[in-house]
Amino acid sequence: MDVNKNSTTFGFTVIMVIIVAALLSTAAIELKPFQDRNVELEKKQNILSSVGVTIDRDGAENIYDTYIKSELVLNVKGEQVEGSAFDVDLGVEMKKDANAQLLPLFISNVEGVTRYIIPLRGKGLWGPIWGFISLEEDLNSVFGAVFDHKSETPGLGAEINRPSFEDPFSGKSIFEGEEFTSIKVIKGGAEEGDMHGVDGISGGTITSDGVSDMLDERLRMYLPYFSTLKPAAEVDSVFNTLVSLASVKIQ
Amino acid sequence: MSKSKLLSKRTKQLLSDPLDDNNPITVQVLGICSALAITVQLKPAIVMALSVLVVLSVANVIISLMRKVIPSRIRIIVQLVVVATLVILVDQVLRAFVYDVSKELSVFVGLIITNCIIMGRLEAFGMANGPWDSFMDGLGNSFGYAWILIAVAFFRELLGSGTLFGYPVLESLGIYELGYENNGMMILPPMALITVGVIIWIQRVKNIKLVESK
Repeated sequence: MDVNKNSTTFGFTVIMVIIVAALLSTAAIELKPFQDRNVELEKKQNILSSVGVTIDRDGAENIYDTYIKSELVLNVKGEQVEGSAFDVDLGVEMKKDANAQLLPLFISNVEGVTRYIIPLRGKGLWGPIWGFISLEEDLNSVFGAVFDHKSETPGLGAEINRPSFEDPFSGKSIFEGEEFTSIKVIKGGAEEGDMHGVDGISGGTITSDGVSDMLDERLRMYLPYFSTLKPAAEVDSVFNTLVSLASVKIQ
Repeated sequence: MSKSKLLSKRTKQLLSDPLDDNNPITVQVLGICSALAITVQLKPAIVMALSVLVVLSVANVIISLMRKVIPSRIRIIVQLVVVATLVILVDQVLRAFVYDVSKELSVFVGLIITNCIIMGRLEAFGMANGPWDSFMDGLGNSFGYAWILIAVAFFRELLGSGTLFGYPVLESLGIYELGYENNGMMILPPMALITVGVIIWIQRVKNIKLVESK
């Protein structure tokens, strides 16, 4: 058989394409449930990790409900709306008009301490970056942050998912007095004592800037909701101060 | 198949040649792109080398089995389809069952398709030789690729970040106290090229037959 005849070439191409297409689509369909499951577990693991609960992916499922007490879906006015926060896909939301976006919020309770976990999503150098940042009850101090990325350069931008980058976020604050400042990732390193800046990554400036923009953009969306909570938080802290003063006096 | 055929002189040569005399990176100057892109750290370099090993040896065998029925006018497309299919399948399986490894690989999986060594071996060897020899050739070239990649990554991670596999080697040796600083240049792509250049230089000093006559 002459394999170089036009008809054979066409025939070969058609058969090859059909086989490859069938093979790849079968693989994609059959493996999808396993892949989705991994992604879901990883999300739970990341949410837990932002409030300091480190656990492997398989264990995340079991303890997720123990620590994450409520999941809220908010609108841009800061009002709670119907829906499942876990299933809100920020990638989809962020393509919507800014006023129509849904904002997921997770509230955790670890050893009696309430923290607010805000999902993040933004642009890195090559693709999306995302993460979770947890705020203390004062809605100002950061307790922890986790980041991840789809396709940042290994060893450079990809370092954002390493503890060396994530840990310095802890203890920073997102407000200066009443003014929202967010947290900036600073090229060349943040100055010592800077409450709103962390060190950038050498060679990963565009990804670092992406993290800064992501934090500013996403956290800003929650300000209306924070302002509904803030008075309560302040009253609480005043109340706590009074209680501690009173107990001092009693002693 | 008898043992003598399995590891004849020729098959041994298929394995050993690409390590030195016919190294895909330093002699044929193929696969330079990935040698630059993913040698900032050791771990990704090793993962990449393993992935190329799997894809190259399997693709070489598949092409070798099909070599008599592939129409020569579309052979490059067929090779590309085989490589791309393999890479996508590997990626899908990894993502379903070994999620952590797939995260480690991330962008490299796509990079495997563009690795010139793979296309080069399929075209130059798989198309003209039997499956067993093709498999050996795939292994040999992957090893040749791997050792360069790992050597470059070793020096780039050690001198650029002061770590190996993420472990702070220089810090634990107390080198920084002597006034040493990491060379930030090492983590940028140009230094990968220079490191490969230095390896080529050393190799040619040791292996005189690689040097072209004037």
